[in-house]
Amino acid sequence: MSGAQAVRRARWRGNVGLIIAALVLGIIVLMAVAAPLIAPYDPYEQILDDRMLPPAFVDAERASPTHLLGTDNLGRDYLSRLIYGARISLLIGFFTMLVSGVIGTVLGVAAGFFGGRTDMVVSFLVTTRLSLPVVMVALAVVAVLGGSLQVVVLVLGLLLWDRFAVVMRSATMQVRGRDYVTAARAIGCSVPRILWSEVLPNVVSGLVVIASYEMAQAILLEAALSFLGLGVQPPLPSWGLMVSEAKEFMLFEPWMIMLPGAAICVLVLAINLLGDGIRDLTAPEGRR
Amino acid sequence: MSEIALELRGLTVDILTDGGVLHAVRGVSLTARRGETLCVVGESGCGKSLTTLAVMGLLPEGARRGAECMELAGENLLTASPSRLRALRGDRMAMIFQDPMTCLNPSLTIGDQMTETFLHHRKGRARAALDRAVALLERVGIAGAAGRLGQYPHQLSGGLRQRVVIAMALMCEPDVLLADEPTTALDATVQLGILQLLAALQREMHMALVLVTHDLGIVARIADRVAVMYAGEVVEEGEVRAVFDAPRHPYTRGLMNCIPQPGITAPGTRLGTIPGLVPYLVGDVAGCAFRGRCPHAMPACASPVPVREDAGHAWRCLL
Amino acid sequence: MLGFALRRLALALAVGLAVSAIAFLLLRVSGDLAATLAGEEATAAEIERIRGLYGLDRPVIVQYGEWLLRSLRGDLGRSLFYPESVAKLILDRLPNTATLATLGLAVALLLSIPLGVVAALFRNTWIDRLALAMAVLGQAMPSFWFALLLIFFFGITLGWLPVSGTDGLANFVLPALALGWFSTPVLMRLTRAGMVEVLAADYIRTAHAKGLPVRTVLVKHALRNAVAPVVALASVQFGNMLSGSVVIETVFALQGIGYLAWESISRRDFPVVQGILLVVALFYVVLTLVADLLNAWLDPRIRSS
Repeated sequence: MSGAQAVRRARWRGNVGLIIAALVLGIIVLMAVAAPLIAPYDPYEQILDDRMLPPAFVDAERASPTHLLGTDNLGRDYLSRLIYGARISLLIGFFTMLVSGVIGTVLGVAAGFFGGRTDMVVSFLVTTRLSLPVVMVALAVVAVLGGSLQVVVLVLGLLLWDRFAVVMRSATMQVRGRDYVTAARAIGCSVPRILWSEVLPNVVSGLVVIASYEMAQAILLEAALSFLGLGVQPPLPSWGLMVSEAKEFMLFEPWMIMLPGAAICVLVLAINLLGDGIRDLTAPEGRR
Repeated sequence: MSEIALELRGLTVDILTDGGVLHAVRGVSLTARRGETLCVVGESGCGKSLTTLAVMGLLPEGARRGAECMELAGENLLTASPSRLRALRGDRMAMIFQDPMTCLNPSLTIGDQMTETFLHHRKGRARAALDRAVALLERVGIAGAAGRLGQYPHQLSGGLRQRVVIAMALMCEPDVLLADEPTTALDATVQLGILQLLAALQREMHMALVLVTHDLGIVARIADRVAVMYAGEVVEEGEVRAVFDAPRHPYTRGLMNCIPQPGITAPGTRLGTIPGLVPYLVGDVAGCAFRGRCPHAMPACASPVPVREDAGHAWRCLL
Repeated sequence: MLGFALRRLALALAVGLAVSAIAFLLLRVSGDLAATLAGEEATAAEIERIRGLYGLDRPVIVQYGEWLLRSLRGDLGRSLFYPESVAKLILDRLPNTATLATLGLAVALLLSIPLGVVAALFRNTWIDRLALAMAVLGQAMPSFWFALLLIFFFGITLGWLPVSGTDGLANFVLPALALGWFSTPVLMRLTRAGMVEVLAADYIRTAHAKGLPVRTVLVKHALRNAVAPVVALASVQFGNMLSGSVVIETVFALQGIGYLAWESISRRDFPVVQGILLVVALFYVVLTLVADLLNAWLDPRIRSS
């Protein structure tokens, strides 16, 4: 195959990953949004007569035709809980990414643009944050404040901003040295104006990649916190919590931990691939 | 006539690119003899560096070589196994490159990098290797050689580094030393010293020196024979004096017009230029590559041009 | 080198102070620590009693200062749940976590460096793609789920390895695997990227030109230069492993400080929590300091300046 063909094929292969990831993510988002419409049952409804029914593909005999993915130990429909669980993961992932993104971007851009003392302070903050054991800190704070969606978003948002700060700082420093910024300063544009109209537009692509990564991180962390009992509280159908609740039945009903775990995997995978794909698109020489 | 160290006939190097196959080297033939300095001269992109890399088997990914004949002291390099080639590299044929700054490993000492070749090829003892390294460092003009062995590349200046690189290449006394623009990255004040060193070493060790350069001044200084390359081909070849005094190919003539020659060029003369651009060598290229810029081009130049010869002076032109 | 080391030390001290403050203030973030300690059902009188008992009525700065000074002397207070002192509890469990983290790092490096080198060598072939696919998959798996899967397959189904407790070295195998697996993707990618960059360097071409065996070129010349960022990241990952050990230790019921942290947080044994946060954070500060200094020393350009 000639060099030209090989290059074209490689580019196409990269794009395929991006499209599939976007598709999968889109499906999950739609599923979450349309949950009340597509979930066959109320995720909190306990049908005590139908407890621990397996899905059809595990044990067709004991399975129930109305519970496609079985029921848990309290008789709640697994499929419905999985669908509603997507809401929790997506919400927490998205808002945590938002909170940490705002904090990190403000700090990073400030450090990159103003340099000097501001940079030193921000670097110190980042180093301090990196010295903290994230999971332990999150657990401790949630224990003190009580577990809920809002608390988890707040805690994780206040812990996961460091990557945003670092990337935005270097991107801003790169942009700051460019001629059009010097020109804008020369004609007397105010600093906020420069940041908004000159710096930010050029820094956005790196931002998107980090945002996707942090969203995936947040989802994984929430799952871990909920698994440990110090995140989202029952009876909410957090996927991490579902794995925890299914843990004791792992020996005989392994599908109970497989399904929510796989769901987390698929979602995080889709987000990561999306981020990778966008990064490859905006920086084609990146992947050598 | 001394023995032939490197015989090359019909070398081609093709590079796969997005736009198609680039014929970077199209049928180059060279002969390097022991005790002789052959300079391969040409402008950037004429394929001279690729020629030497092809001989060493160090072509980059995506490049393919082919040749009618490629022999090192009579041994066929085309049919040699990869392990045989690896055994020959550094031992019978050595190569030095342009930028001494990046050619040396920054985290290993000079002594380590110099002795590893010797230790690998000769399976000798560390003492013998170190002694030889010190001797070579002294020979290339580095004072306090023994102390240098423990130093790192970044602790030496550019000129010293290139001397180390040369010494390193000569650890196993190769038959052929290929030098790809060894002085281009150095200060002008240092270049002359390096060139003189190379010339002296070549004589002492009775090896073949193939020096690739774009600088005709260098050719005039140390070459015995010169091969002028243009667009992947050797267009003229012969003894330096013969080629410089009586260039036969229009390209060589154009080059001679471009440089002031002491004693020949009168003050106030306008230096010549060669109009036009180097041709794009992708896809099929037939005939003389220079005909687009040649003042004497004829319709017959579009067909493959034969090589003419006259007493060791060869040129590829119909004129 | 000395100037660099001193500056780096000063930074470490400043950061150490900052994290100690954070460890202290974290538990007071709800406003009233006494109320939290007393529990939800407590009466106002009980809360006041606890406030006086633990000296929580004094200014926060004073409390912090006293706690910090005592901690530096080794007195981290007493546990609310166990009879032992916090310091003893931590010291008892620390070896287990240290073993786990070290084994985990070893697993991660043993997996990621060879994979990264191979991926770099066979760049853009199916080998490379497979390695990257594994990396992508590894990054998407929740650590607790992977741990459960390991338990399920190796512990239960195959019965090869123990799945809980801290009896012998065999107990550390699955946890180390789970912990190391999590760091492998990022270390592998870094090794690959570093190798790809180094392999394109001129001195690698020189090494080939000298006819050195491929193995020598790869390890002695290439890997040595590519490995510096990996070493730096490995130390960061080691720190992350201490943090992430909470999940793994809890799943495997391994008696380390991660498990202790989770237990104590769940039981609101705050003196222990505070102590663990301080120890882990300070350890991390020291770790990055040592790693930075080591990296600087490895680079001959900095060492000789």
